[in-house]
Amino acid sequence: MSAQTLEAAPAGPAIGEDDAAQRRFEAHRRYLAWRRKLLPFAAIVLLLVLWEAGVAIFHVRPFIAPAPSAVAALLVKKIGLLLQNLAPTAIEAVSGFVLGNLAAIIIATVFVYRRTVEEAFFPIAVMVHTIPVMAYAPILVLLLGNGIEAKIAIAAMICFFPTLVNMTRGLRSVTPQQMELMRILSASPREVFFTLRLKNALPYLFSALKIAAATSVIGAIVGEWIGATTGIGALIIQATYNFDSPLLYATIVVGSAFSALFFAVVSWAERFFLKWNVGEAA
Amino acid sequence: MSLAALKQDDTPAAPLVSLRGVSMRFATERGVVAALERIDLDVEEGGFLTLLGPSGCGKSTLLRVVSDLLEPSAGAVKVLGVAPSVARARRDIGFVFQDAALLPWRTALQNVELPLQVGGGKGRPGRRTPSELLQLVGLSGWENALPHELSGGMRQRVAIARALVNDPKLLLMDEPFGALDEITRDRLNEELLRVWEETGATVLFVTHSIYEAAFLGQKVLLLAARPGRVREIVPVPLPSPRRLALRETPAFVELVAHLRRVLETC
Repeated sequence: MSAQTLEAAPAGPAIGEDDAAQRRFEAHRRYLAWRRKLLPFAAIVLLLVLWEAGVAIFHVRPFIAPAPSAVAALLVKKIGLLLQNLAPTAIEAVSGFVLGNLAAIIIATVFVYRRTVEEAFFPIAVMVHTIPVMAYAPILVLLLGNGIEAKIAIAAMICFFPTLVNMTRGLRSVTPQQMELMRILSASPREVFFTLRLKNALPYLFSALKIAAATSVIGAIVGEWIGATTGIGALIIQATYNFDSPLLYATIVVGSAFSALFFAVVSWAERFFLKWNVGEAA
Repeated sequence: MSLAALKQDDTPAAPLVSLRGVSMRFATERGVVAALERIDLDVEEGGFLTLLGPSGCGKSTLLRVVSDLLEPSAGAVKVLGVAPSVARARRDIGFVFQDAALLPWRTALQNVELPLQVGGGKGRPGRRTPSELLQLVGLSGWENALPHELSGGMRQRVAIARALVNDPKLLLMDEPFGALDEITRDRLNEELLRVWEETGATVLFVTHSIYEAAFLGQKVLLLAARPGRVREIVPVPLPSPRRLALRETPAFVELVAHLRRVLETC
């Protein structure tokens, strides 16, 4: 990354005798970077080995806790079934993510320009947010039926609040001098919004989107628990009732892998759009 | 104010900025504060006027009244013979803030281009292009650098280039070098005089530093605090072009001593 090269540049003077010191310094940096990448990986491998050994040594029965090897084997064998069930969950999560965040961004914009609306409705948003998703999910299923709509609505609701709070703060966090500058330039309210406020809110927005990427998947799965025949949530319920623990674990692995992928896509978008925000992007 | 009244006020050489009986009061938790009290002031075209005074003397408020960022509580302000709001809309006023107020997602060049992109600034390009202005302030080669890659002094250079992009007749500077280290500040002082001579703009420059006020100004306006009022206008009879070594001359030392004595009574 450019930030790293900028930091590294002034650290070593380019005098001949200092070359060795510079090389040692850079080798040490490389060592630290590799260590940071490899240690979590090693820890995961260690835990899996302990788990496998524990299951074998204590003769734990498969329906109580399957060995990682059994989960892996099932993952390969039933990958078709798993992906087939991932598809509806992914569609629900992504649609909910888009709808919930879009609604939050629009309402945050209204809040910033109409203080009265914020003062009237923000307390209600807080109250709704304090209701657990498990409590309002059945209500949404009753309202919207047993189809995909209810699951999208649950995923959207779970994304909504963090984005509303962050986006409102981001749109507001312009400095007084930036606002004075726009006034000196006779900028219209529209120009102030698009050239200043919206860009300024992006770091705040992306913090919320990263949270929403993971929670939207939770919302979709919870929605499927209430009543669905396909999807990761439905598969979890089926596997649990059938004591098919390897399938349950494999389903969880597939669900988390999708969550992680979604999070990675949002993080990548953040790095791409916020190259200027080096201080906080990490 | 009617046109007839305006003509009466005009002296033969019309001042670029004129303030008549300008007062500014703010309501605060501790009661009403008089930031400016009946200020009368004329700034002639092409001049470099530095505003010096203790904190709370209304220096920054004065700049904001002249630039239409604040409406005075009483009195009349004219910039180029018209109301400040008209002069602002015509892009006759450039403003440099204490913190550079750059947009962090724009490169140096894009920041300089901003006034040409908003508020109808497109129709009023200056004589110099944004990249020529970056060259003028000594930043050629840094066009594509983002603000976080620039030092504080470089960011102020970008802010100065941005303020000049529409060729304003009046350049207002609110402690632009106040947050910089002394070495950078000295260098920028010298360069600002060169930029001023090349652009021919009239400059109002607010500062806390007696040295800066004396080195930059053709005149120094001393303001007294609480309420903010004009204490004295001190002409600076020093030759141009001014170099930093000028500050070691007896004339400069004497001027600084005089300003300090007056400031003690402000």
